Amino acid sequence: MTRGTALVVGASHAGAQVVAGLRQQGWSGRVVLIGDEAVLPYHRPPLSKAYLSGKSAIGELAIRKPDFYAKQEIELRDARVESIERAERRLVMADGRSLSYDKLALCTGGQARRLPVPGADLPGVHYLRTFADVEQIRESAQPGKRAVIVGGGYIGLETAASLLALGLDVTVLEAAERVLMRVTAPEVSAFYERIHREAGVTIRTGALVEAMTGEDRVREVQLAGGERLRADLVVIGVGIEPNTELAAAAGLVVDDGVVIDDNARTSDTDIVAAGDCTSHWMTHYGRRIRLESVPSAGEQAKAAAATMCGKEKTIAALPWFWSDQYDLKLQIAGLSAGYDEILLSGDPTRDRDFTCFYLREQKLIAADCVNRPRDFMRSKQKITEGLEVDRAELVQIAAD
Amino acid sequence: MAAVTFVSHDGEKHEAPLEEGLTLMQVAVDNGVPGIDGDCGGEAACGTCHVVVDAQWADTVGGSGPVEEEMLSMNPERQPTSRLSCQMNVSDGWDGLTVHLPEFQM
Ligand SMILES: Cc1cc2nc3c(=O)[nH]c(=O)nc-3n(C[C@H](O)[C@H](O)[C@H](O)COP(=O)(O)OP(=O)(O)OC[C@H]3O[C@@H](n4cnc5c(N)ncnc54)[C@H](O)[C@@H]3O)c2cc1C
Ligand code: FES
Repeated sequence: MTRGTALVVGASHAGAQVVAGLRQQGWSGRVVLIGDEAVLPYHRPPLSKAYLSGKSAIGELAIRKPDFYAKQEIELRDARVESIERAERRLVMADGRSLSYDKLALCTGGQARRLPVPGADLPGVHYLRTFADVEQIRESAQPGKRAVIVGGGYIGLETAASLLALGLDVTVLEAAERVLMRVTAPEVSAFYERIHREAGVTIRTGALVEAMTGEDRVREVQLAGGERLRADLVVIGVGIEPNTELAAAAGLVVDDGVVIDDNARTSDTDIVAAGDCTSHWMTHYGRRIRLESVPSAGEQAKAAAATMCGKEKTIAALPWFWSDQYDLKLQIAGLSAGYDEILLSGDPTRDRDFTCFYLREQKLIAADCVNRPRDFMRSKQKITEGLEVDRAELVQIAAD
Repeated sequence: MAAVTFVSHDGEKHEAPLEEGLTLMQVAVDNGVPGIDGDCGGEAACGTCHVVVDAQWADTVGGSGPVEEEMLSMNPERQPTSRLSCQMNVSDGWDGLTVHLPEFQM
């Protein structure tokens, strides 16, 4: 089978890893990577971090340099795929052309969730998902301007730190009662609120955006209750929607994301999927999860490539994530949802380094490690072992 | 052209051209060397670019920095000459360099 045609839809973290994996696993036939962003696969995380704040250049964003694809005989297609005709094993592009496949990988990722309020389509209101988005933000982000960021998740907070570094006046609006509410313990949220306030960012929680107003571009953000905030630029970071329309229209099983098994296979044995567009049953957590992270996209992509080559590789690695804000490097091991206890090493109300360990039924399930790379690596191992933890040891080794 | 050899856990060799200005991780990724993922893009945040430098090259390429060291210190496959390859800036003087890959990247 490794002599036929393998098509990969979506040219980002997952897609780039699938095509590399296909060659590594011995696929000798044709490999085509189809993407609609008109640029080679690039690292998305720096878009809100080093790249936005001007600390890294565009050349550093490419995941693999251009001649990799040529050397590995991977064809690149700048096109949007409109439909999958499963019976004919064929893809149809927006320009009407079609391509046949023997094996297909869907790596369509996600897109920024739109904020359903009036005025959200005014010039000066941005989302942050793609390289093109950041180019626009960088144009509007002049020193001294007022930036309002809607959403106090990782991307919103990173964007706040980056825009502050560019000399803007920055306000973050979060609808929930604290930032990072969905993903961290209250102590970690309080830590980040403190750090941002100390840096000079205005953080407002419980702030519901009702509308954006302005004539030719955004001038004000209106909150529930009537208050109006001046804004020269708005960045909305309220999560993503997985791109599952292709899969759904083709009749594949979709439940939040494209449903895949441990080998990244969809409900069609000739089609695999990987990355932000997937929903994967994770035995370790006892539920189906749609992860949005580079490491998970890579892990699923490797399994997907192996499956396409008729080999066996299961999705196994522990989920992890990172976030850079100011001088703080947060590394997160595992998923904290469902914890029943936390343990702190260090004092998040005062320090700039600490670890928040998340336990469930005496076992470590996750750790948020701020400037504590050692705790991060150690937690990864402990979570994977799945043994009951010795609390004193956990915090003590952390401190040495 | 100067070249580096990556030796996998089971002895398979991958040679790749060295290019000054890149990190060793980037060289591996650009050449599709299996076993080096570089998940974090070179921020010393993930530890998936671990290599063990051939003993005779250890002095030439130098040792690890502080953050790198903390990341490596908890790694069960850690060797005295372990490095995170994303923290190794390629030099033309490295022609012939050999590095070994651990069984697992973690
Ligand atoms: C600002 C920002 C910061 C982030 N920071 C981090 C971080 O610190 N750590 C971390 O782990 N993760 C981070 N992430 C998340 C990470 O970028 C994603 O998990 C990752 O990009 C997922 O890769 P993917 O290939 O699955 O999907 P995507 O990156 O979404 O790529 C999907 C690609 O498919 C294309 N596509 C979709 N449909 C079609 C079609 N029909 N035809 C052709 N092409 C199509 C899209 O245009 C896109 O190029 C961040 C994301 C953003 C936006
Ligand atoms: S690439 Fe992540 S630590 Fe080197």
